[in-house]
Amino acid sequence: MRFRHAKLVLLAALGLSLLVSLAADRIDPYVLFVLYNIGIYIILAVSLNLINGYTGQFSLGHAGFMAVGGYTAAVITNQFGALNPFASGVLFFGALLAGGLLAAVVGLLVGLPTLRLKGDYLAIVTLGFGEIIRVIFQNMDLVGGARGLSVMHGYTNFFWTYGMVAVTVYVVLTLVHSTYGRGFIAVRDDEIAAEAMGINTTKYKVTAFVVGAFFAGIAGGLYAHSTQFLTPGGFNFMQSIAIVVMVILGGMGNTPGVILAAILLTLLPEGLRWVAGVEHLPGIAKMHPLGWIGDTRMIIYSLLLIVLMLTRPQGLFTWRRKIAEAAP
Amino acid sequence: MIEFLQQLINGLALGSILALIAIGYTMVYGILRFINFAHGDIFMLGAFSGFYLAPKIAAFLPTPSVGAGLVVMGISMAICAVIGVIIERLAYRPLRRSPKLTMLITAIGVSLFLEYTGQFVFGAAPKKFPDLIPVYPLTHIGGLNINSNQVVVFGVTLLLLLALRFVTLKTKIGTAMRALSFNPEAAALMGINTDVVISFTFALGSALAAAAGILYAVSYPAIDPLMGILPGLKAFVAAVLGGIGNLPGAALGGIIIGVTETLVSGYISSTYRDAIAFGVLILILLIKPSGLMGKKEVEKV
Repeated sequence: MRFRHAKLVLLAALGLSLLVSLAADRIDPYVLFVLYNIGIYIILAVSLNLINGYTGQFSLGHAGFMAVGGYTAAVITNQFGALNPFASGVLFFGALLAGGLLAAVVGLLVGLPTLRLKGDYLAIVTLGFGEIIRVIFQNMDLVGGARGLSVMHGYTNFFWTYGMVAVTVYVVLTLVHSTYGRGFIAVRDDEIAAEAMGINTTKYKVTAFVVGAFFAGIAGGLYAHSTQFLTPGGFNFMQSIAIVVMVILGGMGNTPGVILAAILLTLLPEGLRWVAGVEHLPGIAKMHPLGWIGDTRMIIYSLLLIVLMLTRPQGLFTWRRKIAEAAP
Repeated sequence: MIEFLQQLINGLALGSILALIAIGYTMVYGILRFINFAHGDIFMLGAFSGFYLAPKIAAFLPTPSVGAGLVVMGISMAICAVIGVIIERLAYRPLRRSPKLTMLITAIGVSLFLEYTGQFVFGAAPKKFPDLIPVYPLTHIGGLNINSNQVVVFGVTLLLLLALRFVTLKTKIGTAMRALSFNPEAAALMGINTDVVISFTFALGSALAAAAGILYAVSYPAIDPLMGILPGLKAFVAAVLGGIGNLPGAALGGIIIGVTETLVSGYISSTYRDAIAFGVLILILLIKPSGLMGKKEVEKV
């Protein structure tokens, strides 16, 4: 894939999201909320794809970085009262950035020791780190511990969400398609060969990890200011799994596929919820005889995962590239 | 001192349960080189089969009694052995030649499937596990509390480990298992039916996990479909700590994790309890990735 007009596309996307943002009060708040969720999951999935897909380092702790970003941004904006739109925009941008940077620092601290490990060991250790981050937040009184933290300002809007989506996709794609970025793919395809060719594999792995963590932190900040309530339980292992499923469904190292998967998998529960009957509309469950499907969302997820691995391990939306035959 | 001894005994009881689960991880890893993520959920299924079997058994045998406990445990072990074999046959066998990551993801899928199907079928709310074996206090010397449950947990674990040792070292199929973990291709060339041996490994590991599930439910009687996640992860850590692929190592690792966790929650803070196992895992992987009793593996190009 070549992106000759990447910067132009980025600017167009930013402009478009600003335009939609201006008309946002005409959109149903529920639809808007779902749209924000979609954007947040696109950021998470695309950033995880840099680590899991392009660099081949299977990480199961993405929700931990999301938590770091979310809590940081929330604590920063909670220090301020009501502000005028411009000041709040600057504040929110600063808070998102701070959350992303702190998540990146944590990513560096986690990545440096763990990325020496491979395959399933790495998966388990990143899972462990994600859980440790969650337990730390659970014990931190500053952020409300297990009771959760309410976020005062609902700063997340269409512009910030999709602006950040555009920036994430732009950074990940240009990074991977740059001369420097060939190193990521080399590390994925054959680490030993890459090392023999003089590639500093540790540096590439840590870079991917830090960049991925940064954007996960940004997504966490957006999530915090969209739901306006954070609990450590919201960033558990299942959240990480949900992001991993998006990457796998879309096809590892296939950004458009991953975006599509993020959209689909965020819409799926909403659709199932509709089929099951929305809770605040009593009686609607009777109109939907398939109400039990709502309870089986996670069963459907897991079956999807198994069947996908058995039949299309390269992902749903990858047609051209065959997954490399791994040596035993 | 008394408090320390008390914590130590509590830790030993928890540790022996973790040891039983850890052995299942380590056996499968030793042969197939992959982490069977769903193993913790087999443990959960073991507890739930006990939950549904106990009232049925009560019709024939007086409960709570040791006999009823053993019968329930035996049947649960058989049920979970069958489930383990079915999972291997349907989900893992078709992928045996795929990249390891594909298998790991499938295992995560199987794990989620068991958990959420469990929630759908058994209900998400915790259930009270019936009194299966009689519990009476054994000693109160100087404030030290030991009850018969802890002795039963430890004793049953010890017996099962001895039985496992006998199977792996003295029987024909055990020899085949060890041959397979040493070199699968050579074992196949020597006429070992690898599919049968792998199925047997899954049956054995799942049966031990079921036993662990029953013992756990007897000691901590609230069971729910997600109860297998944390003990499963901790048992995996125990397997890595002992050196993955090494049976005595897994047992030792289980005991160490159990005791450390109890000591930390007793002396430092119980809220950090669940992070301990992962902290240990990270330390061990950084200092001695091959584990306490494992062999160092050299990667060949």
